[in-house]
Amino acid sequence: MTNPVIDEKKLIAQEKLNNPSLLRTIWREIMHDKMALGSLILFTIIVLSAYISPLFVDQTALTRVNFLNVWKPPSLDNWVGTDDGGRDVFGQLMIGTRNSLTIGVAVTLIAGLIGLTYGLLSGYYGGATDNVMMRILEFLMVLPSLMFIIVFVTIVPNYNVFTFILIMSIFAWFGKARLIRSRALQERELDYINASKTLGTPSFKIMFFEMFPNLSSLVIVNMTLTLANNIGIETGLTFLGFGLPAGTPSLGTLIAFARNPDIIKNKWWVWLPAALLILVMMLCINYIGQAVKRASDARQRLA
Amino acid sequence: MLKFILRRSLLMIPQLILLSLIIFMLSKAMPGDAVTGAFMSNPNVSQEQVEKIREKLGLNDPWYEQYGRWIGKAVQGDFGQSYVHKQPVTSLLAGRIENTVLLSLFTAIVIYLLAIPLGIVAGRWTDTWADKMIVTYNYFAFATPLFIFALLMLFLFSFILGWFPIGGSGNIRIDPGSWEYIVDRAKHLFLPVMSGALIGTYGTIQYLRNDIIDQKIKDYVKTARSKGVPEGKVYTRHILRNSLLPIAAFLGYEITGLISGSIFIESIYSYPGLGQLFLQSISQRDFTVVTALVMVSGAAVIIGTLLSDIILSIVDPRIRIE
Repeated sequence: MTNPVIDEKKLIAQEKLNNPSLLRTIWREIMHDKMALGSLILFTIIVLSAYISPLFVDQTALTRVNFLNVWKPPSLDNWVGTDDGGRDVFGQLMIGTRNSLTIGVAVTLIAGLIGLTYGLLSGYYGGATDNVMMRILEFLMVLPSLMFIIVFVTIVPNYNVFTFILIMSIFAWFGKARLIRSRALQERELDYINASKTLGTPSFKIMFFEMFPNLSSLVIVNMTLTLANNIGIETGLTFLGFGLPAGTPSLGTLIAFARNPDIIKNKWWVWLPAALLILVMMLCINYIGQAVKRASDARQRLA
Repeated sequence: MLKFILRRSLLMIPQLILLSLIIFMLSKAMPGDAVTGAFMSNPNVSQEQVEKIREKLGLNDPWYEQYGRWIGKAVQGDFGQSYVHKQPVTSLLAGRIENTVLLSLFTAIVIYLLAIPLGIVAGRWTDTWADKMIVTYNYFAFATPLFIFALLMLFLFSFILGWFPIGGSGNIRIDPGSWEYIVDRAKHLFLPVMSGALIGTYGTIQYLRNDIIDQKIKDYVKTARSKGVPEGKVYTRHILRNSLLPIAAFLGYEITGLISGSIFIESIYSYPGLGQLFLQSISQRDFTVVTALVMVSGAAVIIGTLLSDIILSIVDPRIRIE
């Protein structure tokens, strides 16, 4: 029997094939699910047109009031008509989508960071720390957060887009923190954490550089699903008049026109496209999110 | 059992105190106080007089004394005066609360009437066409934002088809108590309730379907089958007993969703309830009303979760051990 030569490169390649990266599994899962693939393509088109088209559209022309062109129904010049100031609705739709998406992503990231830190701290230390932190979290979760956001939005001095993002983020991380904490609690019992502790690695390093990578798929799944939710909350608040400050149009700004009975029925082209666009985006993001969720859990995979 | 209820109720007290403290701090941060609202617009009252009234009302006292006075009165149901409506906040709320309770109650009833049968069908006949349709419907319910769904319902059924009134809670000229009055109220309630309920089913259907699928393969179900219990009875007598009880307990948690939902629904259907009052008051800077509304909603949610936990502990004794 010859002594087998261990080809390290080949082994690693084999290992990679057996355990594909999360990104590769997600891709495989999406390719396998026609609805998810369709959603991904549609969503990419929406995102690209929302971020690229404002570069070609004359922004000042979009905000200029033109009284000769008020409430025009859809035509070749204005694809989805004009609003009360004669402004092109299609251009506003694109800019609104861009703003809503940017804010949704920003809130998701900030809330994700807060939730991650809180959950990791609570789960990693466990015991009394965990107990206290969970009681606080339980309390925060029962607050009527929509009302609190609206109150904050009205009383905060020099209110702008950044304060709005912060206010929304403050109330968006509770669920995430609880989810991450429950996984971190299981993780801390595992050997690699104990080994690290024995070696004297600082807790901070264990939490963020050793524990976090093992929870990352959970975080990615949760963030995809909450992105849709956050866009919904932002447009909803703007619709009520407590979201984006005037001057920063969101999809909610266009839908807010529907609060007038005359507009909702006779000038439907102002608000209906925006409402349907949000609906389509929500469905797309959720379909992609479901595929990502399946990819992160081997038992649920279709591919 | 009693010990658990007592301990859980005691936990509620610090929550309520903390909530009231936060709300009090917020109300202090809101621009204007009792005096500015009542006298600032009056040119006959000088600055010194305003200061004197402030001193007399105790608005220059340290915050903890003011908080003590406010909470003492709030416990007795006195939330002060509304400057816009010129009447006590409590009577203002009392006039509106009936509408919101009615709306939330019917929404909750319709949610359960829809979700429980659908969840059972989806869980019992997994992977049939019926299950696939229910899962798809549930997916839409989960993904659709409430305010967009409500707007589309209003647009379609009230404006395009004209089947329902476009807003309000009822015609005030119809004599209350008559049959016509009830029909009129129901007509005004139908769309708001349906908008909230049709997409509010998500959690219940999802939970019930997953739970029934989990229970199906458990040993007690196998035992029941092997001793010859008919298939229908396996579900009604054995599985549903285990799966349905927690649903009853989630009712308290539903309150949070119903409260934030009522803000959107009441605004879209111009339905005169607490949610609409909240939005109006905050636009008109009527902050005593805002403070009272946030406090009442917060307390409702805290009491709701307390009820849920107590029902759960009665239903599932394992929870009590903790």
